Amino acid sequence: MEAFTTHTGRAVPLRRSNVDTDQIIPAHWLKKVTRDGFEDGLFEAWRKDPEFVLNQAQYKGATVLVAGPDFGTGSSREHAVWALQNYGFKAVISSRFADIFRGNSLKNGLLTVVLPQETVDRLQKLVEADPAAEVTVDLVSRQVRAEGVTADFELDENARWRLLEGLDDISLTLREETSIVAYEANRPSFKPRTIEV
Amino acid sequence: MGRTLAEKVWDDHVVRRAEGEPDLLFIDLHLLHEVTSPQAFDGLRKAGRQVRRTDLTIATEDHNTPTLDIDKPIADPVSRTQLETLRKNCAEFGVRLHPLGDVEQGVVHVVGPQLGLTQPGTTVVCGDSHTSTHGAFGALAFGIGTSQVEHVLATQTLPLAPFKTMAITVDGELPEGVTAKDLILAIIAKIGTGGGQGYVLEYRGSAIEKLSMEARMTICNMSIEAGARAGMIAPDRTTFDYLRGRDHAPEGEDWDAAVEYWKTLRTDDDAVFDAEVHIDASALSPFVTWGTNPGQGAPLSANVPDPASYEDASERFAAEKALEYMGLTAGQPLREINVDTVFVGSCTNGRIEDLRSAASILQGRKVADGVRMLIVPGSVRVSLEAVAEGLDKVFTEAGAEWRHAGCSMCLGMNPDQLAPGERSASTSNRNFEGRQGKGGRTHLVSPQVAAATAVLGHLASPADLATAGQSDVATPAGV
Repeated sequence: MEAFTTHTGRAVPLRRSNVDTDQIIPAHWLKKVTRDGFEDGLFEAWRKDPEFVLNQAQYKGATVLVAGPDFGTGSSREHAVWALQNYGFKAVISSRFADIFRGNSLKNGLLTVVLPQETVDRLQKLVEADPAAEVTVDLVSRQVRAEGVTADFELDENARWRLLEGLDDISLTLREETSIVAYEANRPSFKPRTIEV
Repeated sequence: MGRTLAEKVWDDHVVRRAEGEPDLLFIDLHLLHEVTSPQAFDGLRKAGRQVRRTDLTIATEDHNTPTLDIDKPIADPVSRTQLETLRKNCAEFGVRLHPLGDVEQGVVHVVGPQLGLTQPGTTVVCGDSHTSTHGAFGALAFGIGTSQVEHVLATQTLPLAPFKTMAITVDGELPEGVTAKDLILAIIAKIGTGGGQGYVLEYRGSAIEKLSMEARMTICNMSIEAGARAGMIAPDRTTFDYLRGRDHAPEGEDWDAAVEYWKTLRTDDDAVFDAEVHIDASALSPFVTWGTNPGQGAPLSANVPDPASYEDASERFAAEKALEYMGLTAGQPLREINVDTVFVGSCTNGRIEDLRSAASILQGRKVADGVRMLIVPGSVRVSLEAVAEGLDKVFTEAGAEWRHAGCSMCLGMNPDQLAPGERSASTSNRNFEGRQGKGGRTHLVSPQVAAATAVLGHLASPADLATAGQSDVATPAGV
């Protein structure tokens, strides 16, 4: 995973609540067996509308998505995170994320930042008024900064450390081999098995 | 202080706990399907890793599989590649697979329980958000992303931050004709699609205890639609009776030891939940959705709500957008909404009891002209059971299409889709924009409402059939 320390870029306001993962990446895109090439599927249905915010020239090349509440609800598809990253987003800001989407984002180095709804509103107004305005998402100091907005955010220390270092969860867990073996040795015999080994 | 059911199962799976770090939890059962696993296997291959516990892993094909002509090559080359990739991966890594055509194939969340692999007090994961289904057995079961699928394949564990707990207590009797599906839709409408976020829900109370295992699965299945990571129901005699004798249920002394343990899996009297919700089952009636998320629902007897009635600006905007997408107007009676398609199936309502209840309503009746009705069993086993009971005949004689098992029109990854602007009454779990096909409009309903809707051509409950002159037809034994 690529490390995330701090990122500054232009932002896109997405004024919709409950953006589910079927909107982020429709199911027919999930047939791909790779982690890349999902950028054209991102918000596919909405992008058919020329007025949709991602189709507006002034937001081309933006790297921060400022979304409505309950972003990423629904399916567990990690493809939603890949699609946002493939398109070029480095961070998503919302007042509330669905759990699975949030977990997926942090495992892929897409920083999902939770801010109070009123701060999200201010950021959306800012980038609507001035699409060239830059937003900084600083994981080192856990702060979002833009013109007239300075907002601290929370992220648990362990998740932050993994992101800052770009650490791979599996390698970290494999260091716990002794504990895993000890746990396995004590599992009751009545636990189900799918095959005899 | 006492512990909740969720906390007990969690504690029994902690491999390692350290201050300031997520707990490392052991995973008892890992279910795989073709959509969320290829990138995970690819990751293992690149890192030179193996599947640590093939004996705790099982795969099936469901999301992409066709429900017609399953003996012919799959027409969509991309779907075919994904299924072939799963077959290749399972062969290479030694994972048990039930492919299309196999007698144990079916929707992953139907297959696990019917094999007896889903057991009380286990941790169950799958790269699919509806893994919450398995919580009906008192398992801690949740959906994971592909990175976590790879993590479980490699280590049989997951690092997880603790959940909060929420009790959803349902007391009173469900009125005649009101089902588990109506109950869970009403719960989601009450707490909202984000209401369960960060929580494991525990459904309890006298109305829950009276439900069959299949009805409990319907309830837990949709926990994710309230934003919860998991839903659970304490195991009891109903659970034990369902499991006894199944392929992978414990036997002999193991059975006795298991039941003794399972009986301890109840929330202690002095345990404290982080949040509590109470529902009176007797006040419920058939419930349907009118909008584009599962929380946008109302009793069938109600009208389409007026977005102006919402105080919260974002909810109001969401309701406006939903009505626009759904082609509905505020104040329109829900019962007057005509449908083109009726879908009975999915991990929510694709089990034998669901098919029986839909069949009992269709028996001797006809699907309305111009309405297409698809019946898609949740698994091959469910399909065989239905055929043995003659349900397939009831469906086809009524004019419905009897299909092969799979996820089908729940998410339209296979050819079973709505055309743009088409409207369905669907027993599935999500009414998101475009979920059942680009531009398709979905109303979530129970199997009973689905069947009555198919007969009348508009959203309806079985009680409406009598009013409409579709009087009750004698139901032969066995149906």
